[in-house]
Amino acid sequence: MTLLDLANPTRFLSLTAKVLPWLAAATAILLAVGLYQSAMAPDDYQQGATVKIMFIHVPNAWLAMFVWGVMSLSALGTLVWRHPLADVSAKAAAPIGAAFTFLALVTGSLWGRPMWGTYWEWDARLTSVLILFLMYLGLMALWRAVEDPTRAARAAAVLTLVGAVNLPIIKFSVDWWNTLHQPASVMRMGGSTLDKAFLIPLLTMAVAFSLLFVTLHMAAMRNEILRRRVRSLQMMQAGQQAA
Amino acid sequence: MTLATMLGPYASFIVASYAIVGAIVVALIAWIALDYRTQKARLRELEAGGARRRSGRGVTDIA
Repeated sequence: MTLLDLANPTRFLSLTAKVLPWLAAATAILLAVGLYQSAMAPDDYQQGATVKIMFIHVPNAWLAMFVWGVMSLSALGTLVWRHPLADVSAKAAAPIGAAFTFLALVTGSLWGRPMWGTYWEWDARLTSVLILFLMYLGLMALWRAVEDPTRAARAAAVLTLVGAVNLPIIKFSVDWWNTLHQPASVMRMGGSTLDKAFLIPLLTMAVAFSLLFVTLHMAAMRNEILRRRVRSLQMMQAGQQAA
Repeated sequence: MTLATMLGPYASFIVASYAIVGAIVVALIAWIALDYRTQKARLRELEAGGARRRSGRGVTDIA
């Protein structure tokens, strides 16, 4: 099956039916392994046991940005190639990305209180992630507000691409401005500064959450295709009744 | 040994973080599963009402 074949929604549904159970099982196993490794990880010499919050905060923060990246590629698919599944992909990803962003903000806040002495600070990293969360909510509102899916798709695609400007701002905010948030310690030039005892559980959880996203995204895309099928059948029926 | 002694003085922050992530992830999974059931039920209703796809395939066929 080529990538072009998957442009057909029916073929995509067929693939989903075969792949989803395996993806869900792999996600569950990896999450279980990651949680076990997180529980067994030693305390940090400075942060103590609060370092365990990192194992869920960092994957959610990475995915908050990654999902917007996926939506930006989908937006290009909608505007440039008019790929039939591009808008379906973007619309299905938005609530999942919003959930990951919300979790990054909440877990960061719960980590910040004992380490920084505050739940929130209007610094560049925290504020730019809050803006990302608000943009997710704005996009979801746009899709709901415009009834015609084709018009909604184009408006949402433009807004998504404009919003992608925020991604490098989030990533480099800790380098460009003085922030309370620590600088990058995993994805940085010169390699990770984390000890293996923390890096291994963190990477396991990151892969597990990424698989969780792929699974949920695929399932949500399947739902969106079915929702559009319902809509077109209802319109066909209404047309037949009117004739 | 209790959870509080294992996790130190900030145990409540750690437990709350994991509990919120767990709750939101379970809610996401439940929402997507419920949405799937809703769409399938709507398609079944339409099929029962005589709706057919242009391709002639059953409206509830997803494979």
